[in-house]
Parts: sequence; C-alpha cells; structure tokens
Amino acid sequence: MTATETGATGTGVPKFRIEGLAFGYGDAIVQHDVSFDVDDKSIFAIMGGSGCGKSTLMKTMIGLLEPMAGSIHVDDEDYWRATEERRAEIGRRFGVVFQSGALWSSMTAEDNVALPLRMFTRLNDAMIKDLARLKLSLVGLDMAPSTMPSELSGGMRRRVGIARALSLDPGVLFLDEPSAGLDPIAAKRLDDLIVELRNGFGVTVIMVSHELPSLLGICDDGIFLDAESKTVIARGSPKSMLEDKQHPVVRAFMHRERLAPEPHHRSIGDGNR
Amino acid sequence: MDDNSFPADQHKALAGSGWSARVDQGKVVVSLFGDWIAGISGRSDPGTFKKIVEAAGDQGISFDCGQLGHWDSSLLIFITALRQAARGSDLSIDGTGLPRPAVRLLALIPDVSLSATSALAKNTLVARVGQAVIDSWNEAVAVTTLIGDTVLSVGVAARGRLRMRGGDLLMCVYDAGVAALPIVTIVNVLVGGIVAFVGAVQLRRFGADIFIADLVGVAMVREMTALMTAIVMSGRTGGAYAAEISTMLGNEEIDALKAIGIPIHDYLVLPRILALTFTMPLLYLYGCAVGIFGGFMVSVSMLNLSPEAFIDETRASVEGGQILFGLMKSVTFGVLIAIVGCRSGLSAGRGAADVGRAATTAVVVAIVGVIAVDAVFAVCANALNF
Repeated sequence: MTATETGATGTGVPKFRIEGLAFGYGDAIVQHDVSFDVDDKSIFAIMGGSGCGKSTLMKTMIGLLEPMAGSIHVDDEDYWRATEERRAEIGRRFGVVFQSGALWSSMTAEDNVALPLRMFTRLNDAMIKDLARLKLSLVGLDMAPSTMPSELSGGMRRRVGIARALSLDPGVLFLDEPSAGLDPIAAKRLDDLIVELRNGFGVTVIMVSHELPSLLGICDDGIFLDAESKTVIARGSPKSMLEDKQHPVVRAFMHRERLAPEPHHRSIGDGNR
Repeated sequence: MDDNSFPADQHKALAGSGWSARVDQGKVVVSLFGDWIAGISGRSDPGTFKKIVEAAGDQGISFDCGQLGHWDSSLLIFITALRQAARGSDLSIDGTGLPRPAVRLLALIPDVSLSATSALAKNTLVARVGQAVIDSWNEAVAVTTLIGDTVLSVGVAARGRLRMRGGDLLMCVYDAGVAALPIVTIVNVLVGGIVAFVGAVQLRRFGADIFIADLVGVAMVREMTALMTAIVMSGRTGGAYAAEISTMLGNEEIDALKAIGIPIHDYLVLPRILALTFTMPLLYLYGCAVGIFGGFMVSVSMLNLSPEAFIDETRASVEGGQILFGLMKSVTFGVLIAIVGCRSGLSAGRGAADVGRAATTAVVVAIVGVIAVDAVFAVCANALNF
C-alpha cells in the first residue's frame, strides 16, 4: 500500500484471471468452463443456489482443491502451474475467512490472530501482540487477552476470523458466507466493515454469498453459478443481475421468487463442501 | 526555546525510525517518512508517545506524510498508540495529513482499543484450593447422579419403557466386544507367556518346573486377565466414549437431543454402560483361555514341560471360585470404565482441544481407577482368606 488513495471500486486491473476452469470431487464435476476476471481492489461475489459449487470454487482459488482443467492466474502468474513452495508463497497473500470462523479452539482469540505472524514473520513478540490487537480492534473487537473462541458469539467469531485473515496484511480477502446467520444489523455492520477494509487496506475481496442485501449493497462485480448447467450463467454486478431477463434461475434468485415451472426435485446440496 | 524545534536534548528523543516531530506555530507536527512495513520500521518505545503529547501541551498534533512511502499495519499501530497517549488530555489529533485509507481504517478503531482490557485474574492460593474443593465436590455429585440415574434406568428398562435404541446397544456391544477381540488376544497371550517365563526363572531353581502351570493358571484367572483386559479397554473403549460424546457436545448434537426431550442418560450413557458390563466378563473368560494358552505355548515349546502335565496341573489349580472372583472384578471394571468415559465426554468443553482432554482424562482416570479397585479387591480377598 502506498500513501496514494485506493479506489472505491475495482481498478480495472485483473487480480485473478480464471479461464476454462473445471473442478469437482473425484470423478464428479461440480462446475466446468468457468471463466472470469476479478479486478484488483474490487468486491467480487460468487453467487448461486445452495450446492452449486460456490465454496468449491473458492477452495480451488485458494489452493485447497486442484482444478480438473483450466487455469487460475494470480497477478499474471499461473497459480496451479507454480511449484508447491511458490503456491504457498502466493497463498500467504490470501486471507481466508471460513463460514464458521474456523478458529483454532485451543488458543485464545488473540493468539488465533497472532499465529500467522508468529509463523511467517520475524517480528518480536511485542510487535506481534500490537498487530494482533490492532487487527481485532479494526474489526470492532476489544476483548480480554484470555478470551477463548468458545466464549464468543457467532458474529464475534466471524470477526475474529476476519482479523486473523487480515493478520498478514493480505492482498486478497476470501470470505465464505460472511453474513450468514447474522442478524440484519450485525450483517450490515459486517458489510460496512468489508467495504472499509477494502478501501483502507486496498484488498481485493472475493466473497461467496447468497445474502441478497450484502450482495446488492457492497459487491462491484460477480458471477452466478448454476447447479443445473454446472457453469457460469451470468456475470456482472449483483445490481445488474436484478435486471436479468435471460435466466429464470438468476431472476428467481435475485428477486427471491419461486422458479416457475417448478424444476424436477433436486436434493438439497451442501453449499459448503 | 526555539519556536520551530525542540530543545537539543529533546530533539534527539523525539525522532525515531521513520518519523520525527517538530513544533510548528505551537503545534507538534509529526513527519512520517520512508517505508512503514512491520518488521522493518521497528516498534517505538511507549514512552516516546508521552513525550510527544507533553511537548504538544494543548496545541494539538498534526501529521506530514509528504515523504511517506509504502505502509502497512505498523503505521496504524504508531498512530493508535499516539492517540492513546493523548487520551485524557484536551489535545486534538489532526489526521488530515495522513493517507486517506489510513484515516478510514483508524476510524474503525475505538479509542479504548489496543489495550489489554482485563488481565487474567490472578487467584490466590486459598482461592485456588477452595475452587479445587468446590470442583471436586461438584464432580462427585455429578458422578453420583450418573450412577444413580443408571441404577434407576435399569428399573425402567425392566419395565420396557427405556428410551434407548436396541440398535445402538448392539453396536456398542459389537464395538466393546467383537471389535476388541484382536487386541485382547494379543495382550493376554503375551502376558500368559511372560508369566510363564518369569515363573520359570524362580521355579526351575527348586526343580519345581511343573508349578509354572499353576502360576500361569492362577495368575491369569485371578489377577492378570481381568486387570490387563480392563487397562486395554480403558484405552480403547473408554477413550473412544469420551471422544465421541465430547465431539457430539461440540457439534451441539447433545443440545439437539435435549431440545427434543430425549434423555441423554438413556440414549447415550446407558447403552455404553450396559455394553461394557456385558462384554467385559466375556472378554475376561476369553482372555483367561488365550492367556493360559500363551503360558502353555511357552511352557511346552521353550521350557520343556509336557502338554498333558501342564493341562492337568492347570485343571487342579484353577478353581471355580477364582473364576467367579475374576468375573466380579471384570464386571466392576466394565462399569467403571464406561462411567468414567461417558462422564469425561459429557463434562468436556466444546473445542477440539477439549475432545483430546476428555479422552486423556477418561483413559488416565479409568486406568488408575481400575488398578485402585483391583487393590481393594485384593485386600478384601486377603481379609476373607480367599
């Protein structure tokens, strides 16, 4: 980051370039022919119904699941063609917030934030503590150093998860269902926080979500994954998708409508495989 | 004092890595320069911030970032620490000179943050001892309640009104019985063989080799099989019960059971206690047989005892009363291991580390408990001349 301003929306320079991506588990393809760009410093939404593969796409982008085909370029570097060491190096520029927070329950909230700093920097202990407390206070938490994750509410755990993801000042922040299960006020506060963190730190935010108020409120760009055709069926900002007349699924999703005519019954998928 | 700078002795103190402070028309202007990257820029001494605030009096502090290069969170820490040092005075901090992204991030930080709001309460020795006594009492009450519930459940079960699934009970019996046979076999065969070897060392000196059969038979039936099987089952099944139940606790599965009114005791605890109570005596009988077989193999193949002599001597030495004594012990151990395992699981916390702690507690307490109860049995048997 420099002293210059960070733009309020994306810069137009692609941070991620995804081309012809196919991914899944074993032989089962979850999505194929997925291509899109994520602009630097934008807030990008991965949308779609439950079980369409949103979280799986995120796992592929952060290096947890190797794609079956296609490529992911991060800052013009082919992520999956890079060596494992190089991927780990690139991965350290990613901050990831899992849906449940995924906090390490055996350590305090502050230690959760401090651990990446202890593992990947040579900072002294006092500086690490200062940074951990700074990140916690940035997400609006001011807690006793001994507070354990089990003592926190769902919303607070999510915030500690964000603080932990920010610990190494990442270039990209991945959020899996950040506001799911939060009350509307807490969800709005979290949305505002995401925008402020993007504007302040200049991070690119990629969020998996199906919370319409969040999607419409803060996302600059996005894609819509379809579970039926197993590929991307719409691109653009969530607001622009409100006007989508081409795809009944997108229209039903964006307007909380029932799909008509009712498609054949699909099993309720696990949206976070 | 020169209006545009601090006195010479202060000037040195009011500059640090990446920053310097000067007085400009009564106001303190903090100039930030170079790159502010954690690990490169270093950490300013907390006393420095007080000095800047004191120098500013009530005139305010502003920033000059004309020479500022790249920056990260370390810059925010510096500004926040300065803001904190100024807290409590009327001093205003003018952030307009700071990079706008930093101002936005600083706006997210409440003034009171970056401080350890409450340190860990330091308990006195008396308080710790008192708490330990209270915890022990509460634990004793909980264990007694669990035992009481189990006894009452047996009555309910007799009337056929227990909310326990037969399939669960069978699965528990399988896990604590058939699935445990390989390890029970290995341990008891080896212990039987070891007892034969140990006996041979002494008995041969007196030409009493044949009594190796007596030693193996009595030791295995009366003591070793029940004890070794219980220790194996403490580690294998008691630990598994604790881990399973504490994981269920963490996943809110126990809350879900309670919420729909299923008694935890009937549904989770009783099948496990019944399973171990039922399988332990069977494992004991099986363990006795394979243990004596282990002693037999060692005696016949390595200690030159004839098979007929070993079998005859074993028959003569092992009495029904000793088998009954072993059975009583194995039933007691089974109940103990199951109760300890279930209780450790139910009293665990909800984190991943708590699962490990619950399993460890279950295994350690069960093994120590089994040995202690075995000692009580030995004392009682001695007192009764059995």
